[in-house]
Formats: sequence, C-alpha cells, structure tokens
Amino acid sequence: MKRNEAYNEFVKGIWRDNPVFVQVLGMCPMLAVTNSAINAIAMGMATFFVLVGSSFLVSSLRQWIPKQVRISCFIIIIATFVTVADYTLLALVPAVHKELGAFIPLIVANCMILGRQEAFASRYPAKLAVMDAIGMAGGFMLALFSLGAIREILGDGALFGVRLFGADFEPWVIMILPPGGFLTLGVILLFFNWFRQKKDEFLDDVAEAQRGSD
Amino acid sequence: MDNLPWIFVSALLVNNFVLTYFLGLCPFLGVSNSLETSARLGMATTFVMLVTAVCAWVLNTYVLIHAPYLRLICFIVVIASTVQFIEMLIKKLSPALFRAMGIFLPLITTNCAILGLAIFATNRGYGFWEGIVYALGAGIGFTVAMVLLAGLREESELSDVPALIKGTAMNLIIAGILSMAFMGFAGLFSAS
Repeated sequence: MKRNEAYNEFVKGIWRDNPVFVQVLGMCPMLAVTNSAINAIAMGMATFFVLVGSSFLVSSLRQWIPKQVRISCFIIIIATFVTVADYTLLALVPAVHKELGAFIPLIVANCMILGRQEAFASRYPAKLAVMDAIGMAGGFMLALFSLGAIREILGDGALFGVRLFGADFEPWVIMILPPGGFLTLGVILLFFNWFRQKKDEFLDDVAEAQRGSD
Repeated sequence: MDNLPWIFVSALLVNNFVLTYFLGLCPFLGVSNSLETSARLGMATTFVMLVTAVCAWVLNTYVLIHAPYLRLICFIVVIASTVQFIEMLIKKLSPALFRAMGIFLPLITTNCAILGLAIFATNRGYGFWEGIVYALGAGIGFTVAMVLLAGLREESELSDVPALIKGTAMNLIIAGILSMAFMGFAGLFSAS
C-alpha cells in the first residue's frame, strides 16, 4: 500500500499531471533554453536538483515554518538551491553555463517549483514529497527534452550535434529562433488536447457498450 | 550616455522580453483575455521594473561587490519587500491608482520578467540611468506584447475556431506569429 502510494505520486508527474504539457507551468525556462537538446538536458538537471532538494527541505521543515511567512521561506530555500546549482554548473560545464546564461538563476521564478512546495511538499512527509518532486521534475525534463530535440532536429538537422539527414536537408532555421519555441509548444499542446479528446470518446464508448450489454 | 536610446529601443522591440526572451509568459498567457486588463497589468509591470532597476543598482553598487554569491537571494528579498512597501504607500496616498494597478502588484513581484531584468542589467554592467532606461524599454515592450495578444484573443473569441485548438495551444501559436513579426525588428541595428 505504502509503496503504491509513493509510486503513484511519481507516475502522476511524468504523464497524467505533466507540469508543462498538462498544467502549462514553468513556461519561461521551458521555451528559452530548448533550442538544442543538450541545453534542454542541462536545464532539466538543474531544475531536477532544485525541485528535489527544496521539496525535501520544505517537507522536513514543515512543522517549523510559520504559516504566515511560508511563501518567503519557500523562496529563500529555493533560491539557495538555485545558487548552488548555478555555481556547480559554472564549475563543471562552463560552456553550457555560458549558453544558458541568465536562465539558470531564473529557475527560482519557475512557478512550477513554488507551486509544488505550496501544494504538496508543505503538507506531506518527506518521502512522499521527494517522490512527487522526482516525478514532477522528471516530467519537466521529459518535456524540455522533447521540445529541445524537436527544435534541434528540425532547425539544425542534428541531435546532440550529430547530423541526422543527408546534405540535401534544408534546416528550418525558424525552429531554433524564438518563434519556433512558441510554435512547437503550441503544436505539442494541440496533440495533447487531441489525445485527451480521443481518450474521453473512447471511455464514453466503453461505458456505452457496458450499458448496452447489461 | 549616448547609448541610452539604443538601450531603450533594443529592450522595447529587438529584444522584446516576452517575444524573444520568453520572460513573463505566465501573465502573458494567463491574463491576456481582455484589452483593458492587459494594459493595466502592463502598466503595473513597467512600474515594478523601474523599482527593480533602482533596487538592483543600489544592491550592485553597495552590497553585492562584497558578496556576489548572495545576488539571487538579495534581489528577491529586496525587490519583493520594496514593492510591498510601495504598494502600501500607494494604497494610502492614491486609492484610485491603487485600484487601477494595485491588485496586480503582488502577482508580478518576483515573476521571471522582473528578476530577469535585474539579472540582465547586472550582467551587462548597466549604470543607474542605463538601468532606468532599460527598465522603461522592457516594461513598455511587455505592455505592447500583452496588448497585441489581448487584442488578437478578443477577436478570436468572436470567430469560429475549432474547439480542439481553443485555449493555450492557440495562444501559443498566435504568440509564435507575433514573435516572428518582431524578428523583423532585428535588422534595425547592426549586431553588437
């Protein structure tokens, strides 16, 4: 039972409540850094670290954080982890850090992270909070990676810098420029809407068939 | 001093915060359903950006040279509390102005556009006046983008759009087309 619960929190973030595709949160870093797959992954890892770390800390400290100033406390905890992530990336992969630039410190303003603290970590024990954070951050990373990969493949004809198509391929430069971010995410959301509609229709059909057979 | 007009136009059009840096997307997509609301939100954002530019300059000049690793925490805490303080002041001094933009202030205090402004201004080493002009350009640019999207959304309410595409998907595609239009401004200056 206990294991199931934790597993459920984990899966929820990856697909059913995916922070980007379903809840449409955390858009700013989402679109800004996804012009290549490698940037998307670096951003995803940084967000993963910040979200899991701050969820654990908020959840462990939740008895001592006064209700009235909880938002400020969450923000300070998040900002601390973001600073750690910022300096770690600067030390380990200076080239990627330079590419991402100001968007690493801007993780702190990602509404998804604060939203998880407020909605989940401040109410549940540390174990569940960490599972929830891993799921949500995983879902966010998946979304970042798919957007980054689509944009890099179409806009550059490559993935992780490896060319995928022959010399005849004319890259759609617009995809790695800012408008491409808006358009790609718009089309992905459209696909999700379509998928949900199909699923609802399917469930309706099943319910209908069951009623018929009774 | 002679680069001030350049900074202004660059923040307003060429490097528009919303359409090329993707900053402040939450209010951009969330609150842009009516023209009037978005104009007021844009005004409030411009105001907070001006406050931010001043705060960032003061912090950078007097505090952060001694402790650069505290940059993020300092920015957030100082900007949030200054905005809250000014909000109280406006409420007391001019209730009409407070009704026009006061309700938005807590919403935008630390959104990414505000924090982004502080960080960009720091990274580029802007001085006091440069920061102010940059904030003004960025704020007006944000307002322009907001108002454009709101106008298009109001129009689309009246037209026959397939139910599937309604909502965020359509707004994102509209924003993409707007962003493409703004790319045209990139030719205004030779790259620097």
